Amino acid sequence: MIKMITFFLSFTFLLGQPDNMSVQDIIKAMDNNLNAKSRVLTSRMIVHGRRSSRTIESRNWVIGTDQAFTEYLSPPREAGTKMLKLGDKLWTYSPQTDRVIQISGHMLRQSVMGSDMSYNDMMEDRPMEELYEATLEGSIMIDGRDHWIMVLEARVKGLSYPKRRAWIDKEYLLPTKEELYAKSGKLLKTSTMEGIKRVQGRWFPSRFVFKDELKRNSKGTEWVIDDIKFDVDIPDSRFSKSKLRK
Amino acid sequence: MIKFLTKGLLRDRSRSLFPVLVITLTVTLVIFTIGFMKGIMNNLLLDSAVILTGHEKIITRAYNEESQLMPNDLALLDVDQLIHDLNQDYPDFFWSPRITFAGLLDVPDENGETKSQGPVIAFGIDFFSHGSRQVEIWELERSLVSGKLPENRNDALISSKLANQLNLSAGESVTFIGSTMDNAFTTYNFNVSGTFNLRKGQTDKQMMLVDLSGARLALDMDNAASAIFGFTHSLYYDDESAVTLRTDYNTKSDSLDIFSPFMLALRDGSQMGTLVDMSEAMLAIMGGVFLVVVMVVLWNMGLMNGLRRYGEVGLRLAMGESKGQVYRSMISEAVIIGLTGTVIGTGTGLALTYYVQENGLDYTKGIEALSNSSMVMPNIFYAQVTPDLFYIGFVPGVLATVLGTMLAGLAIYKREMAQLFKELET
Repeated sequence: MIKMITFFLSFTFLLGQPDNMSVQDIIKAMDNNLNAKSRVLTSRMIVHGRRSSRTIESRNWVIGTDQAFTEYLSPPREAGTKMLKLGDKLWTYSPQTDRVIQISGHMLRQSVMGSDMSYNDMMEDRPMEELYEATLEGSIMIDGRDHWIMVLEARVKGLSYPKRRAWIDKEYLLPTKEELYAKSGKLLKTSTMEGIKRVQGRWFPSRFVFKDELKRNSKGTEWVIDDIKFDVDIPDSRFSKSKLRK
Repeated sequence: MIKFLTKGLLRDRSRSLFPVLVITLTVTLVIFTIGFMKGIMNNLLLDSAVILTGHEKIITRAYNEESQLMPNDLALLDVDQLIHDLNQDYPDFFWSPRITFAGLLDVPDENGETKSQGPVIAFGIDFFSHGSRQVEIWELERSLVSGKLPENRNDALISSKLANQLNLSAGESVTFIGSTMDNAFTTYNFNVSGTFNLRKGQTDKQMMLVDLSGARLALDMDNAASAIFGFTHSLYYDDESAVTLRTDYNTKSDSLDIFSPFMLALRDGSQMGTLVDMSEAMLAIMGGVFLVVVMVVLWNMGLMNGLRRYGEVGLRLAMGESKGQVYRSMISEAVIIGLTGTVIGTGTGLALTYYVQENGLDYTKGIEALSNSSMVMPNIFYAQVTPDLFYIGFVPGVLATVLGTMLAGLAIYKREMAQLFKELET
């Protein structure tokens, strides 16, 4: 999830870039933006299940790409659950069990709060330039807006999505649509973004829709950003394991 | 006439005691062997039924499509009402909800940090309801290795194989990590009340058993269940009636609603239909061959009895009894002997079969030697008293004996009256 946010945010720095901008320039500019100093956001995740929908509210504190802390605020069953990411490690705390548990192995492939996003989606946030080799497939008009079609192929092994295809708005420099593929070429997930507006000098989407294409009849997960602040000072103590229990 | 023949049989033990003994033993053997074979086949099916399929299993149509994934988001809702209706409509079965779920089991150290972790397949079964037979059908009292059965909703039984793998023992606490019915992340603490060994090879390698109420809390499945399992009160699986019931139930269910309840008979489970058909075919072949063999034995006995009385028959004919009278009296005697032996043999066979049905024959060591097998194998073999055992003994006991006698008796009609006195002189 963090990777996706940063991926989207990175494109905001490319505002007003010329149409003949090289792919490498786009990726580099994107990586520069991925490592924003910090951000604090409040969001709602609306998970559309096969029987009903649930809304999960959370608050996130993020520094760079290595440190992230999430506290779930509602509904009551999830309230008080916290997650801490330090580098490539992820811990979760649940008040029901009063246990701090490291999420590892196959559990990383599990859905986050029943959404269409996995813990691996949250964990993968290394610079895109390190992870993918990008090529431009061409341009296309979507809803009257000019987009690049970019294909990203994995440079390193072990990525959850060895191939991506992104439709990048040339004005906002945001991927308004993205398809994430397995090594076999099977489509695993799709994402779209809407409600793009300026936030502290960046173009930023206020609503994402993620869809796990392997879930039959999945209606996807909406992620609505209610409030976001960039470059906020966050004390280091926020990212300690002891904070999980407090 | 029958009284006269019976008296004759009783007074001449060579004509009654030995044949009755042979028929009794043979019929006993027939009843017990068929009952034992049926019991073994039923045990094979019952083991799979208890763990996987039930004699009948009700799930939603959507769950049925993805059952391999244990999709509890497609589970049955309003289960109490469903069970109430099932108990009313199908009283020949007892119905029990079940939650099947998988995840990770995390064992904490003294600081609450992860000491060990491993995958687990868990079953939420009804331990505590009044009249619940889950402990009985899972044979948990016998399978308990250490500790005790669950006494409250947070108690869990862990298979001894999983306990060894995680270095766990009874009394410790474990945290289940998995997904709720809404696919949300969940963690839930269970207390290990005991460890068990089902002695069925690798079946219980990663198994945990908890009470349904604990599973419902852990997975946020209030009044919901992955499935409702139905078993006949006798625990004997009758494929024909199970299939009829399933068809009847599904006809009434709304086929357009993917969340409507859908019934599966045991034979509808993965490869279970083949197993049911094979077991029935094997039973028919083995039972048929055995029946033919004992029929030949008793036929032969009837034949020998008839031939042994060659002199007596000659004397009776010489004294003026007609051939038809002699023939009919011999057949009547065979019927009396056959009936007597069959009734005693059926009684003895049923008693023996019932004893083995209740107590079983323990082959635990032999099955443990096959512990690498992934097959669900029973380790104690039980016989099964079925309605057909009450009459099957009459086929060899009466029919074969009478046929043998009839065949031997045909010789009566070939006797030349002129030769009788000459034969009697020798």
